[in-house]
Amino acid sequence: MDNIEKELRTVIAKLFEEKKIDLVIGYTKGTLPLVSTPIFLKEEKDVDKLIFDVSCGNNLVKYLKRHRIVNMKDTKVAIIAKGCDGRAIVQYIAEGQIKRDDVLIIGVPCEGVVDPKKIRSKTNGKEVSQYRIEDKKIILKGNDFEISLNKSDVLSDFCLRCRYPNAPLYDIFITEPTKSVGTKDEYEKVNEFEKLTSSQRWQYFENEMSKCLRCYACRNACPMCYCEDCFVDQSNPQWFGKGTDLSDTIIFHIVRVIHTAGRCVDCGACARACPVNIELDLLNTKAGKEIQERFGYTPGLDPDETPAMAAYDAEDKQEFIL
Amino acid sequence: MKEWQPKILAFLCNWCSYAGADLAGVSRIQYPPNIRVIRVPCSGRIDPIFVLKCLENGFDGVLVSGCHPGDCHYISGNYVARRKFAVLKAILEFIGIEPGRVQFSWVSAGEGEKFAQVISKVTEDIKELGPAKRLVKSF
Repeated sequence: MDNIEKELRTVIAKLFEEKKIDLVIGYTKGTLPLVSTPIFLKEEKDVDKLIFDVSCGNNLVKYLKRHRIVNMKDTKVAIIAKGCDGRAIVQYIAEGQIKRDDVLIIGVPCEGVVDPKKIRSKTNGKEVSQYRIEDKKIILKGNDFEISLNKSDVLSDFCLRCRYPNAPLYDIFITEPTKSVGTKDEYEKVNEFEKLTSSQRWQYFENEMSKCLRCYACRNACPMCYCEDCFVDQSNPQWFGKGTDLSDTIIFHIVRVIHTAGRCVDCGACARACPVNIELDLLNTKAGKEIQERFGYTPGLDPDETPAMAAYDAEDKQEFIL
Repeated sequence: MKEWQPKILAFLCNWCSYAGADLAGVSRIQYPPNIRVIRVPCSGRIDPIFVLKCLENGFDGVLVSGCHPGDCHYISGNYVARRKFAVLKAILEFIGIEPGRVQFSWVSAGEGEKFAQVISKVTEDIKELGPAKRLVKSF
């Protein structure tokens, strides 16, 4: 990881020097260890603030649209992209949200990011002040303890089943694209869940969704939720009540899944942002699986392919229609 | 005691299914009176939110009916709708809404007989499932 950071800083310093870029969106150390925070670099002297390691979980692509960065005049933007960020950029291009030339993509080889929630459970809630990676181990140090854990035990679930660790499109790649991918079956959790009976599944979702605070953190973190006017915020017509009524909440989640179906790049930003740990990926993965099986489409790989839900085929299966 | 009667909302496309319903009517074909019809320009007009909103507001079932593939007045409205419905149905069943609650059909303007059959089948299915409990909002 160290040489990735070193090369990253050199490359970006050079790009600033050559005036090829005016702004870099990347990661920097956060206030807590193992939780990095996004940084918007404008000057060459700050490049040493950039980091890239297992703590860089955020999907930075969100900022391209949210702050209208791609439309800023005379600002050339570069973005640091892991596999999932890269796929989100490709999806933006496929959906006509940005053009390929709007952004300089700096690919980084991603070997997974840690899930702070898993770490907390492993350390029994004790605060970690330092960490280092040694091959397949991660060593955590706190005030009165030091433990060594298998990296695979604390990686995010999304990384454990990741199929695309490198950005599919990039201008510059830092070091070499990695070959390491997730080892778990993508649809394992969904397949298991499908075996339950209909009422068991309903019971599960009722329990899970009753935790929801309707804070919309999942929507705000999702790179694919870029609508200027989200359906939950509309007041004319007002589709849903604003409170935490269970039916309203479940419908919000269903509609969000339908809106991101065939677009979700499985980055895990929603689940990471959720303050009450709802398993948001279950529904998203189900929609992804359905789209993959029915229409043979995987989002975020080909910028020239029409997204599945914007296209159609006269031969689509229709066994469910009377 | 009288048998419980479900309330079913039917979204019928203007060009085929609505005319099909009309034909069933003028041909005096009998079918259950449980549906309330909303006429829409095309099955592609149906946003999944409409269907969810119906269930939330207490309908026991929802039927969406449009033109047969290839017959759409707007050329491709029902093709795009078909993809939306496939995903909607899969997600609804996944979270545990009974499969029969939300149904889709293709009925052309000439299929009065088929329209009556579809309505009978949907009504029977939903009668079997009983009143909707899941997703219903209590006001």
